[in-house]
Amino acid sequence: MSRAEPAAVPHTGPAVRPPRRRWTFGLLRNELTTTFRRWRTLALLGVLAAVPVLVGVAVRVETRDGSPAGGGGGGEGGPAFIAQVTNNGLFLVFTALAATLPFFLPMAVGVVAGDAVAGEANAGTLRYLLVAPAGRTRLLLTKYATTLAFCLVATLVVAVSALAVGALLFPLGDLTTISGTRITFADGLGRALLIALVVAASLIGVAALGLFVSTLTNSGIAAMATTVGLVITVQILDQIPQLHAVRPYFFPHYWLSFADLMRDPVYWDDLLRNLGLQALYAAVFGSAAWARFTTKDITA
Amino acid sequence: MEELSAAEPDPDPRPARQPERGRERGRVQERGPDRTPEPGRAAEADRRPKADRTPEADRTPEADPRPAATVAADEPVIATRALTKRYRGGQLAVDGLDLTVPAGSVFGFLGPNGSGKTTTIRMLMGLIEPTSGTARVLGRPMPRAARTVLPEVGALIEGPALYGFLSGRDNLMRYDAADPTADPRTRRARVAAALDRVGLTAAAGKKARAYSLGMKQRLGLAAALLRPRRLLVLDEPTNGLDPQGMREIRALVRELARDGTTVFLSSHLLDEIEQVCTHAAVMARGRLITQGPVADLAAGLRGRLVVTTPDAGEAARVLKEQGVGDVVVTGDRVTGEPPEPDRRDLADLNAALVAAGVRVRGFGVERASLEEAFVALTGEGFDVAG
Repeated sequence: MSRAEPAAVPHTGPAVRPPRRRWTFGLLRNELTTTFRRWRTLALLGVLAAVPVLVGVAVRVETRDGSPAGGGGGGEGGPAFIAQVTNNGLFLVFTALAATLPFFLPMAVGVVAGDAVAGEANAGTLRYLLVAPAGRTRLLLTKYATTLAFCLVATLVVAVSALAVGALLFPLGDLTTISGTRITFADGLGRALLIALVVAASLIGVAALGLFVSTLTNSGIAAMATTVGLVITVQILDQIPQLHAVRPYFFPHYWLSFADLMRDPVYWDDLLRNLGLQALYAAVFGSAAWARFTTKDITA
Repeated sequence: MEELSAAEPDPDPRPARQPERGRERGRVQERGPDRTPEPGRAAEADRRPKADRTPEADRTPEADPRPAATVAADEPVIATRALTKRYRGGQLAVDGLDLTVPAGSVFGFLGPNGSGKTTTIRMLMGLIEPTSGTARVLGRPMPRAARTVLPEVGALIEGPALYGFLSGRDNLMRYDAADPTADPRTRRARVAAALDRVGLTAAAGKKARAYSLGMKQRLGLAAALLRPRRLLVLDEPTNGLDPQGMREIRALVRELARDGTTVFLSSHLLDEIEQVCTHAAVMARGRLITQGPVADLAAGLRGRLVVTTPDAGEAARVLKEQGVGDVVVTGDRVTGEPPEPDRRDLADLNAALVAAGVRVRGFGVERASLEEAFVALTGEGFDVAG
């Protein structure tokens, strides 16, 4: 054999063209549509959308007789802002985000991030993506970008669902900040959006952690469980006073600082500490994930 | 893939991206065990001139499988030197492999399970880092040059892997999107052509989790054929296929080889390798036992003369008389070493048998199979290496 004369073929055109920048984003686009078309993703978003509905209905039922929400106990009976929900439906956005940020949101992000690489390895599709060739760094960046997009979408789903339920069940209008000043409803909406963005940014650390765990194993389920388990463990450790020396370095430590955006003027210190901490986690675990993934033998 | 219709260049310059094009290219004649496929005249003629005639060719230049600055035609497509992989835990999976796959060959890669075939393929595809030694694919070092080499390589490694929640078409769209050098403007057309080529057009919209094993295997092949490739690495490509599917795959492999694509085929079906491969290599326990043209591998073993007759005893006596060595009688079968062709014509042997009153039911030479060659080479059957 070896008589298939490639030399006889007239060569038209240049060699494999260097990838155009626009083309390299094809994988990201595909990854986004693939992720958000999965039933699992939609189910997670559905659960998140249901939380504000439950909170709103509960508050509505509880206060039907005119008594204030939260049992009048000054907020210790529920998430932040829950007492104000009856006065202004917009507060349901803040309440819902405060209720989902400690557990539901990081859990959902942990599932998506943990499954990012390990799920592909588990299904065997990772080897085909890599021989395509997707490029290991490019694939990892795509996965992280998609996870961050999910953080944002998940947070917005909670916020929008809360806003809709709040508008439906409670009056809307000007609102009172924590500092006691009055701001217009439009201003309040702006702050709600800002808070949603800060909450989404609070999940950057979990996303990086989950992605790193995902590069360690070939089992999607194991990676998801480990990530969610870590989130819960760190949350519990963050409650132990004896650990006060390290607590400021736990990623959930400043999570609820988003409430400071409702002060007038805004109290930035903890907000910036939160964002800095998330960036640190993204840098550390992002690098770890990269170091691991680019040198890993793909045997799955 | 039954009728030959790609043998003549299509005189009719149809508009670009006509959906039937893939089907036509896919049809090919079953040529039987023809080891020397002709240079890719048919398929080339079908494909190339159209690019000149139609201003908007469906094949963009960057999709050209053989770039101008390519490796010399005689340079091996795969060349490894002392390639070694020791897994953590000390297990030596591949031990000093020197493999050479000539350009344009259909290369059969044989070995028992656990002999290091898959580890070798993974090292060639840049999925596994070798412990020592080097591997060059298409003239460039792997895994360092993976991003320039792999777009020209189609691979089916250890069976297909699909996204069950996506349709067959969307699976291919995703794999194509993963390749940064693949033009998104021709993506739909190329995916449709690949689906058509493996006969999956009707099932393209079905979710992949509803596919049978054979359909998954076809979809995996389609992924390897999304773009024109210079090298195809097919690991057990006929797994899970019915006999008709196997025939189609063999026809496809021959057709691709005619197009000038080098095919690297690992299989445990020896007769399959024998039917389609021009070259072969045999691995056992991580080492390369032998490599070379298939004809040479089996040539070490000459065939055996087989006579079927009710008069076995008499036949054996006559054959011995005629100078046939190592005569063995089993029931009504008499076998022996055939004489050198230049010394004695087999027809004369038959005449001698008939003249002696032996009633001959069957007479002929059974060629040594690759399996016999394999057993002779590895000194073992096809068992799992401990």
